[in-house]
Amino acid sequence: MHLLVCGGTGCRSAESDAIVDSLNKAIADRGLENDAKVVMTGCFGFCEKGPIVKVLPDNTFYTQVTPADAEEIVAEHIYKGRRVNRLLYINPESQEHVEDSKHMGFYRKQIRIALRNCGFIDPENIEEYIARDGYSALGKVLTEMTPEEAIQSIIKSGLRGRGGGGFPTGLKWDITRKVAAEKKYVVCNADEGDPGAFMDRSILEGDPHSVIEAMAINGYCTGASYGLVYIRAEYPLAINRLKTAIGQAREYGLLGNGILGTDFSFDIELRYGAGAFVCGEETALIHSMEGMRGEPTFKPPFPSESGYLGYPTNVNNVETYANIPVIITKGPEWFASIGTEKSKGTKVFALAGKINNVGLIEVPMGTTLREVIYEIGGGIKDGKNFKAVQTGGPSGGCLTTKHLDTPIDYDNLLAAGSMMGSGGMIVMDEDDCMVSIAKFYLEFTVEESCGKCTPCRVGNKRLHEILEKITRGEGTMKDLEKLRNLGQVIKDTALCGLGQTSPNPVLSNLDNFWDEFVEHVTEKKCRAGQCKHLLRYVIEPDACVGCTACARNCPVNAITGERKKAHEINQEICIKCGACVEKCKFNAIFVR
Amino acid sequence: MTKIKSLADLRRVKDDLQEKIRLRENADNPEKLVQIKVGMATSGIASGAKEVMSYLIEELDKRNVEAVVSQTGDMGYCYAEPTIEVILPGKEPVVFGKVTLKKADEIIEKYIKNGELVDGIIPRNYETIE
Repeated sequence: MHLLVCGGTGCRSAESDAIVDSLNKAIADRGLENDAKVVMTGCFGFCEKGPIVKVLPDNTFYTQVTPADAEEIVAEHIYKGRRVNRLLYINPESQEHVEDSKHMGFYRKQIRIALRNCGFIDPENIEEYIARDGYSALGKVLTEMTPEEAIQSIIKSGLRGRGGGGFPTGLKWDITRKVAAEKKYVVCNADEGDPGAFMDRSILEGDPHSVIEAMAINGYCTGASYGLVYIRAEYPLAINRLKTAIGQAREYGLLGNGILGTDFSFDIELRYGAGAFVCGEETALIHSMEGMRGEPTFKPPFPSESGYLGYPTNVNNVETYANIPVIITKGPEWFASIGTEKSKGTKVFALAGKINNVGLIEVPMGTTLREVIYEIGGGIKDGKNFKAVQTGGPSGGCLTTKHLDTPIDYDNLLAAGSMMGSGGMIVMDEDDCMVSIAKFYLEFTVEESCGKCTPCRVGNKRLHEILEKITRGEGTMKDLEKLRNLGQVIKDTALCGLGQTSPNPVLSNLDNFWDEFVEHVTEKKCRAGQCKHLLRYVIEPDACVGCTACARNCPVNAITGERKKAHEINQEICIKCGACVEKCKFNAIFVR
Repeated sequence: MTKIKSLADLRRVKDDLQEKIRLRENADNPEKLVQIKVGMATSGIASGAKEVMSYLIEELDKRNVEAVVSQTGDMGYCYAEPTIEVILPGKEPVVFGKVTLKKADEIIEKYIKNGELVDGIIPRNYETIE
């Protein structure tokens, strides 16, 4: 039997290391070393209920395991063959235990291509990757295909960049290949910066060799012999696993000089980013790697023509790379058979926000938002109503109930006013205020703007000020008009992709939630109750018995009234702290 | 570890290593393989289910039968322990009782390899709800 323990950042922070130790100890205590093997793998995706322990071959899926549970798992399951029911996942609808992962709604709709090895192999052991057909794509390309043929395969597969833009990957490779230069570089963009996104981190933590293999294939195709991974220093576990993997690949002769007996040489180094959002933009990323300020420059020239140190440089995202080896081994036709007409394959999403199953999922392109949110995500937390889902991070926008049945692909999301982005999906319910959400993303952009171009540096600051004004109840209808105009100007004039997309959260929210903006301005009302300045605390005179509890607890003495008579709140003085509501035993104080 | 020097070399290494994760790969699509569940409740273990299970795992491997052997709880036939349930791909499960090592050998050779029924079948008195 194999016991797979999740070793992703999420589960590790919940002591999954200690779980591995305790399991090993319990197994040794009973002398079951020959019967059971404990393996620490990458992320299973079901982060909501981590740490996860999966027992094979019966696919038993234990959730929220603690080190103390290890003893019982070994004594009951491994020794006696009885599942430990209390640790099984409980289906929220039927309230029944779900015995194995095959019967969980969360996994049923997923197809795992980029995540094929996450939660399946030990990412720190190259042998397990090789056993899963690892590096055979590199071998096939090097010995049986010309670079042109391999690139044609990628073009035919229809793979598009998974970092956000969706540029056809094969085409990018072809452009880099055709530029003549004495040196070329292959870069992996692992500067994942969208709030709530952790797809790339999980791939690097769970299956680092797939990225290494794909970079080598890229090097062979484009004529580069150096690879660089630009990864943010905030991802220590991913960095460690990647370093281990690169070391092992060198040891096995899969990186270095004369790979697999051919005359192709390739090696990879890491470059650390300090976590600036703009460094995910490829020109800024390259400048940062060169040791300069992480600022974007105008394109053209594209990095494919003149990139790192002036040499042609092919930049691809982590998830894009993770798809490459499978396309080579299984063939472009197989890959192109999954997905929609113009978006092939699958996409990894990080589900976050007000959703039951927070975690990492991979679905075929063309899956609807409804399937993702309700079937895989398990619906909205606490049975509340769905309001919107934010995709594409600070460059994307919010999709609403009317988009629930839209099949997810690059073009449909763009048409709906958002974008694919790198794959963050933040779900919002009726308690979220869309003006505040737009403000949140603007805050992020203002903070992260590199400051090079005026539209982004000054424009976003102004947008943020107007939004702030609206949430304080001081906005006018003219401000709404200004938001739209200014947003459009930034979109048209900013220097880089990040600046050009930064007003998207505001613009898409204006389109989709116009009523809510107008309500904030004309009625000075926030229906979600999030904008503090628009709230009014009122005492219902009929329900108030005059106990004076509220008046005594009000920190600013805004409440007056005689004993045993209805009290009143002076709105001029009230700071909306909510202390009175907490103290009132008669539910006489309301928020309006 | 010596370096892998060619694609053929890589394939050889892969074949050697595949054994290590075969159990996991098979668990991913058990419906295509022979599935055997060994009843491992107290009564099962007391009558030697553990030995039978180890025997099955080793022998199936030696005789090149792709199978998933897992353990399960009490199947309810305490009078006939050890009991095992065998599911051939696409077939209904069959339960065998009083499985000794000799019986296990017979089950592999006759039922699993050729689909011939052997003595010791217990009529199933349950259905598994999917």
